[in-house]
Amino acid sequence: MARIQLDIAHSYRANPRNDADYALLPMRQTFEDGGAYALLGPSGCGKTTMLNIISGLVVPSQGSIRFDQRDVTQLPPQKRNIAQVFQFPVVYDTMTVAQNLAFPLRNRGMDETRVRARVGVIAEMLDLSGQLDQRAAGLSADQKQKISLGRGLVREDVGAVLFDEPLTVIDPHLKWQLRRKLKEIHRELRLTLIYVTHDQVEALTFADSVLVMARGRVIQSGSPSELFEQPAHRFVGHFIGSPGMNFVPVNRLKRSAPGSSVGALIPPGAVTLGIRPEYLALGEPTPGEPIEMELLAARVQRIQDLGSSWLVSAQVESGESGAESVGDCLVRLRLARDADVPALNQVVGLKVFGPHTRFYDSQDQLIGRESEGALP
Amino acid sequence: MLKISVRFQDHESFAMQLRLEQVSRQEGSEAHLYPLDLYLEPGSLTVLLGATRAGKTSLLRLLAGLDVPSVGKILVDGQDVTGMPVRSRNVAMVYQQFINYPSLTVAQNIASPLKLSGRMDASAIAQRVRDVAQRLRIESFLDRYPAELSGGQQQRVALARALAKSASLMLLDEPLVNLDYKLREELRDEFSTLFASGGSTVVYATTEPAEALLLGGYTAVLDAGELLQYGPTADVFHRPKSIRIARAFSDPPINLVPAFAVPGGVKLGPGLTLNLGDALQRLPTLNGQLTLGIRAGALKLMNQSHQTHRLTVPAKVALAEVSGSDTYIHLETALGNLVVQRTGVHRLDLGELVTVGIDPGAVYLFDPQGAMVLAPDSGFHRTADADG
Repeated sequence: MARIQLDIAHSYRANPRNDADYALLPMRQTFEDGGAYALLGPSGCGKTTMLNIISGLVVPSQGSIRFDQRDVTQLPPQKRNIAQVFQFPVVYDTMTVAQNLAFPLRNRGMDETRVRARVGVIAEMLDLSGQLDQRAAGLSADQKQKISLGRGLVREDVGAVLFDEPLTVIDPHLKWQLRRKLKEIHRELRLTLIYVTHDQVEALTFADSVLVMARGRVIQSGSPSELFEQPAHRFVGHFIGSPGMNFVPVNRLKRSAPGSSVGALIPPGAVTLGIRPEYLALGEPTPGEPIEMELLAARVQRIQDLGSSWLVSAQVESGESGAESVGDCLVRLRLARDADVPALNQVVGLKVFGPHTRFYDSQDQLIGRESEGALP
Repeated sequence: MLKISVRFQDHESFAMQLRLEQVSRQEGSEAHLYPLDLYLEPGSLTVLLGATRAGKTSLLRLLAGLDVPSVGKILVDGQDVTGMPVRSRNVAMVYQQFINYPSLTVAQNIASPLKLSGRMDASAIAQRVRDVAQRLRIESFLDRYPAELSGGQQQRVALARALAKSASLMLLDEPLVNLDYKLREELRDEFSTLFASGGSTVVYATTEPAEALLLGGYTAVLDAGELLQYGPTADVFHRPKSIRIARAFSDPPINLVPAFAVPGGVKLGPGLTLNLGDALQRLPTLNGQLTLGIRAGALKLMNQSHQTHRLTVPAKVALAEVSGSDTYIHLETALGNLVVQRTGVHRLDLGELVTVGIDPGAVYLFDPQGAMVLAPDSGFHRTADADG
């Protein structure tokens, strides 16, 4: 097991000139010993490059990588004491399940009694005990991928286990069971696990800490609930959660309630207000009365029945007719199944100020980010 | 929100009315589709929902005219087209894989079906290409080649080509399955707006219940080649006629628990009786083993001390999965494994002890044959998926 420290930048081009030439922009990143990490981001964000730098498949064009105190920057994968699990099963078809699982151990000359014990433990964890003597060739893709996972996890002495989208070939109905297995195994073995995926569910379910990446940068790293509750950047607010966070330009709030005390609720430097559809609530409607000051007026455009909740889409009203034109601003609310759902085209007052309201500056960065772990 | 109006002013589009009568499809000894009847109103959106090999693609191919039914008739606007080849029908199809011509630019790709039809002059075609490209936000890529685009952009091009044709029937076979989750969300949103205009009759195949709910319209639930239920999407979701349908139309999976009728309720296990009040009195006498169904979103985690009309069951956390903005909590209980859906991102440790509450007003009851006999009686009278 190892603590992994990256202080790197990487470009696949010989003479990188600008940010766009870098697959990974200069960064420092630490993976603590025994942690479960996910690298999450859209294609082209740099997550696979980072994994390949950790495994040794790619040598970073700048900087260094350390496993504990050892500099491994120039070492090939086989000298780094890591295990890897790929998207598609890598198994020896002619070997039995047991022989496949034992392979990494026998390869390193472990004595047979220990090999057998270890293979037994892993097979038990992955529900492969009944198939130990079966040849891998006859098994389904799911089963083969389980063997790959088992081979990745069988060595207790690895510095880290690296996963590259390992559940892609798994049937959707089995995925949650394997996610559970991976979590259990992590809890029992306390190996350092680093998991690359573009799938939110995979990342947020598996990892204690998720690195959200975009365009060669780590935009935020934190626990799943931190990413949900306190997105450090608008990108994270949009990317985590479905639908993503609502963003309302601060000048729309002032416009909607001119002369009110709304200004006092907005921190200096704030350009955008962010609030998730789950936290955006309807104000108490008072028939015949104008919308209250702290409420944002919006017209209901669409109501979707999501089964266990309602998704309401509403267009923020342009407010007082001013000289400058204002663009569209659509917000979504997720209402409980038993909530009072407004009618189409109804103008509603939205409670945008509350404990879950966030503000972003002109660089799209969260204003007044609370320290890690301190959630409201 | 995109402001989209799909009707082209320069081109009349007549959405297709489709009727399938006792249509089936057999290949060799294998039945791909059992005899089914289906009527698609002009301009309607129908979601074909089912797992892989449920028969969705077989049905789409029949609708497209790519395959001929083994038995039965297909009527378009009242006319029998059963044996008619695909090129004489006005159909557009979008597949899972982004199918574009690699040697043509984006603009040429979109224009290709229009050029083939020979009914429009060059300037009208160029105008149409620009309109559609703008709507799908690919107007800045018109001179690029498909290989230079991301997956999402390539699928937009394939979709633009289908839209440009303004076909009277548009068929989509899991068009989002190969895309990133955020792109899926974005395109799905655009789809529902595009489809809502009613310019084409749309049939959309998916394996995902959530996708069907977001798209709205009508849903046809398919399972192992059988059409199990067809109706407005929200109705089918809230009133599935059988366990099979409820299973096919639930993600996370619907919780199913064996149950026995007792006076005033159902018994789920030792000391675990759910009081159903007078709901049962309205039903014919139920004998034998019933099945209680409750969707993950209707189960609640509760504070044990809380006095409630709910039946409370102690449970142990097996896994908390975070999906979108929800947490799916897998539990081990005396009733078997249950899944609870909770809004927001929550951390629960493996092995944590919790209490789950079953609300009698939120349960389904299925008879020994699997037919639904009781459904939650609130929440589905509203008009769902209304568009402004």
